[in-house]
Amino acid sequence: MSEAPELESAIDAVVRRIFPGSEGVAAFRRLSGGASQETWAFERVEAGGARTPLILRRAPGGTRQAETAVGMEIEAQLMRLAGEAGAPEPVVHYVLAPADGAGRGFITSFVEGETLGRRIVREPRFARAREVLAAQCGRAMAAIHAIDPARLPPLRVATARGRLEELHARYKATGRPKPVFSLAFEALRARLPAEPVTPRLVHADFRNGNIIVGEEGLRAVLDWEIAHLGDPVEDLGWICISSWRFGGEGPVGGFGTREQLVEAYEAAGGGRVEPERLLFWELLGVVSWGVSCASMVVGFRGGIDPSSERAMIARRSSETEIDILDLLSPRS
Amino acid sequence: MQDEPRPSEMLAAVATLLRATVMPQLSGHTAFLVRVAANALDLVRRQVELEPAADAAEQARLRRLLTRDGDLLELNQALCDAIEAGEMTLETPGLTEHLWATTLEKLAIDQPSYAPYQRAVGS
Repeated sequence: MSEAPELESAIDAVVRRIFPGSEGVAAFRRLSGGASQETWAFERVEAGGARTPLILRRAPGGTRQAETAVGMEIEAQLMRLAGEAGAPEPVVHYVLAPADGAGRGFITSFVEGETLGRRIVREPRFARAREVLAAQCGRAMAAIHAIDPARLPPLRVATARGRLEELHARYKATGRPKPVFSLAFEALRARLPAEPVTPRLVHADFRNGNIIVGEEGLRAVLDWEIAHLGDPVEDLGWICISSWRFGGEGPVGGFGTREQLVEAYEAAGGGRVEPERLLFWELLGVVSWGVSCASMVVGFRGGIDPSSERAMIARRSSETEIDILDLLSPRS
Repeated sequence: MQDEPRPSEMLAAVATLLRATVMPQLSGHTAFLVRVAANALDLVRRQVELEPAADAAEQARLRRLLTRDGDLLELNQALCDAIEAGEMTLETPGLTEHLWATTLEKLAIDQPSYAPYQRAVGS
């Protein structure tokens, strides 16, 4: 029994067409997780019976897409470019076309491994991975940032000042005064990097939870949906924020140190990372997650998603307030 | 005067029902959603128990800090305005202590298991 017979039969037809010798798909199922994107796993059945696992990533409901998302087609293109540049990425086999009748999305190879942040920072089998993961993330970021912007599809440009102003407007729109956020905005304004940078491809959601990890370390970087052009150090700051540490040791994703991340990044040609710029982006990342949580109240009350899950994410806003205080005014 | 048990006791009982009886019969996404619902009941229970004292303490601190009166929303708005106007900074006597106290009171309700909160109250 299929969970989604129409989607499965559309994908079955695509697979028979793009992989000659295929006899369709099997074990078609939706994987959990991913509110902004659907992930489906299935197997391609070859003549003779061999089976190859594959992944379909699709816009929710086939076509819904957040305003800030780059779109499934561009996401697939970025994944390919990053893979060519040396970042570990799944192989993009096919981008869905309207005529396929399966919505917007793309089919990739299946990368075996763990994506749950809590397991990556805790389980003994990832102990070796945790020793090298921060450096591997640094090298993957350097590869992504080195991509010639001329080869990129059209992307939104997000400067430090632009991000800060947009974030402040979103905070004001929540209508709820939060003195700790006000303090953070003042600190960000005071630390706004003086030197504008040449905009590079920024993944913008490169963190524990969006990577696939094996026992030897990093296997894939996923979730390109909010990628943009901007300051590369944004990626290094984002992977450090406390909300993505899952209770683990070490500021980078709960598995590594800032030094491991930055040293590997610089050694791989990523350019010098000034500590002040890194702190700016880490703080902006914390505030960004905090404002995103607080903004969930609107959708919860307005009926877009009145679920208890959304309500609980809204109440995670306060975790970023303790993170802001830890960064700006740590208790000794 | 309302009869007993108290709201917090009844919320705890329903959360226990969800975790001990309902969840073991579920799997996948539905089990996840029920766990979230049980966590939500725990949050509400903590708020019922802790909010009155936390609000009173926060309001008293804000009145001292701002030397004016008002409800919590007005006072917090006034503090935000003062911070964003540069009139109050981390050097302002009492501000850091107030923000830490308020934040810890919020985390005690929202997410007492959050590691940075555990570190802050454990030391």
